[in-house]
Amino acid sequence: MKRETKILTALSMILVFVFLLSFGLGKYPIQLKELLGILGSKIFPVSKFWTTNQEIALFNIRMPRILLGILVGAALPAAGVCYQGIFRNPMVSPDLLGASSGAAFGAVLAILSGAGFLRISMSAFFFALFTVWLVCLVGKHAKGNQTLGLVLAGIMISSVFTSATSFLKLVADPDQELPAITYWLMGSLSGAKKSDVSFAIIPILMGLIPLFLLRWKLNLLTLGEDEARTMGVDVPKIRGVVIACATLITAASISVSGMIGWVGLVIPHFARMLIGCDYRKLLPASVLMGATFMLVVDNIARLATTSEIPIGILTSFVGAPFFLYLIMREGE
Amino acid sequence: MELEVSNLEAYYGKHKVLSNLSFSLEKGKLMCVLGPNGVGKSTLFQCILGLKKQHAGKIYIENEEMETLDIRQRAKRIAFIPQCHQPVFSYRVKDIVLMSTECTLHGMKSPGKLQKQMALEAMERVGIAHLAERKYTQISGGERQLVLIARALAQQAKVLIMDEPTSNLDYGNQIRIMKQIRKLAEEGYTILQSCHQPEQAFLYADEILVLWKGCVLIKGTPKEVLTEELIQKIYGVDVEIKSLYEDQIRVCIPAHLHKN
Repeated sequence: MKRETKILTALSMILVFVFLLSFGLGKYPIQLKELLGILGSKIFPVSKFWTTNQEIALFNIRMPRILLGILVGAALPAAGVCYQGIFRNPMVSPDLLGASSGAAFGAVLAILSGAGFLRISMSAFFFALFTVWLVCLVGKHAKGNQTLGLVLAGIMISSVFTSATSFLKLVADPDQELPAITYWLMGSLSGAKKSDVSFAIIPILMGLIPLFLLRWKLNLLTLGEDEARTMGVDVPKIRGVVIACATLITAASISVSGMIGWVGLVIPHFARMLIGCDYRKLLPASVLMGATFMLVVDNIARLATTSEIPIGILTSFVGAPFFLYLIMREGE
Repeated sequence: MELEVSNLEAYYGKHKVLSNLSFSLEKGKLMCVLGPNGVGKSTLFQCILGLKKQHAGKIYIENEEMETLDIRQRAKRIAFIPQCHQPVFSYRVKDIVLMSTECTLHGMKSPGKLQKQMALEAMERVGIAHLAERKYTQISGGERQLVLIARALAQQAKVLIMDEPTSNLDYGNQIRIMKQIRKLAEEGYTILQSCHQPEQAFLYADEILVLWKGCVLIKGTPKEVLTEELIQKIYGVDVEIKSLYEDQIRVCIPAHLHKN
C-alpha cells in the first residue's frame, strides 16, 4: 500500500474510534455495551438492558451534537483548503470572501428580531451567501488583477458587515440579547438538535461532493490562471464552481455552529504537512482530520469544566500549541 | 505550416501593443524572438496561447484556426513553458509533470495509468526521472526548468512556446537547457522562444524574428538577420560580430571592450 493510502486509512480509523468514544463521554455516561445495544436495537431485536433516559440522551442530545461536530469539522477545512488553492495562498481561511461576517450579521439581526433557533440559522446562512455573492459581483468588475480585486472586495465588504454587527450589538438589550449574541459569535456545538443536523447536512453535502470530484483540477489552479489554461483547464468556470461550493459549506456550517475560527485555516496545514499538496489526497485528509479534531475539542468543551466552554474559544487553545510544535519540527 | 500568425493586433485597453504582425514557422524549427524589453514578446505569446482576449487577426496551429478550438483542443496542440518559478505549494516533481496530462482527461476524471506513463516517459526524455519523488521547491533552478519542459512534453503538444527559458539560470544550466531544446527541435517539435542573447540565437535558432515597435522588423536565419546595425538599432548598443571556425559560429562582442 502506498504511504498516502496508509495515512488516509489510519485517519479514517482514528475518526471512527473518536466517533464511538464521543458517545460515551458526557454528563450522562453511556457505556460501549449500552451504545451498541441501543444502536443495534434499531435494526435487530435486542432485549432492553439500558434505561430509557440513556436512549433519549443518546438520540436527542449526543447523537445530533456528534454528527454536527463531524459535519462542521469536515466542512470548514474542506472550504479552507479549496480557498487556499484557488487564491494560491496558504494563509487564506474560509471567511476570506466575507462568509462569516455576513453570517454573523444575519444571526445578530435574527436574534434582535426575537427569532428562534432555526430562523437564526437560516438568516445567518442566507446573509453569508449574500455577502459572498456581493463580493464576487464587485470583484468581477474590478479593473486589473481579478484575484486581487476579489480579495480586496472581500476585505471591504466584510468590514462593512462587521461594523453593522457591532452597531447591532450596541443597540441590543444588554440583559437578554447581548449575551445571546456574544454566545452565538463565540461558536458552540452545545444545544445541537436534530433540526440543526438536517438543516446543515444538505448544503454541506451539495458543496462537498463537487469539490471531491474536482479535487484533481484544484492542483492545476494552484499554478495560476495562465498556466492552468494552457494545460486545458477552463479556469473561470472551475474557479466559480469551487468558490460557490466552498462558500455553500462554509455558510451552512457557520449558520448552525456560530463562528468557529481557526479550524478552516489550520487543519489544511496539518493535512499538508502529513500528506503533501496533492489535492487528490489533501482534501480527504483535511476532511478526516477536521472532523476528528472537532470531535476531540468538543469532548473537551463538554467535559473540562462544570459549565460548558464554547468550542470557538477552545479550538485555538488546543490546536495552536500543536501547530507551533509542528512548525518547529518542520524546520529541521 | 505548423504555426502561422497572420495580421495579429493586440491591445491593452486602447493602447495598441502589436500591429500587423505576421509570420509562420515550419515543423521542427526553432525560432527565437528578439526585441527590447516591453516590445510585446510576451503579449505575442499570450495571443498565440489564447490567453489574451483583446486581439485581432488569425492564428493557425497545424493549419487549424485557434479560435475554432476549445481550450482542451488547444492544450493538445500547443504547450507553454514559463520561466522557472517558485510555486506556492511544494508538489512532487512527478505530480507537476502529471498535471499537464489534464487535457487528455475527460470530465472530472483524475489521471490514471496511461497519464502516469505519459508523465514518466516525458521525465525520462529530458533525463529527470530520478527526480520524480523530489519536491519541486527543493531542486535547483536548472532542474526546475527541465521539469517544466517535461511537463510540456507530457502534454503531448507538438508546438512549444517558451518565455525566456534560460533566464535566472547559471551558465552551465543555460547551455544544458538550450541543448535540450535544440534536441527537441531535431525530434520534430516546433519551438517558439523569446531570448535576450544574440549568441544564443546564433548558436541554436533556425530562424529569428525581430520585433520592433510592435511590428516584425525582420525575419530570417540568424546569419542573415543578426547584423551589427540591427543590434545597434534594437538594443541601442554598439557591438562587433565576429565569425569563428570558418563561419560555423558567430559571436557578438560589445564594441567598447577594445580600442583598435
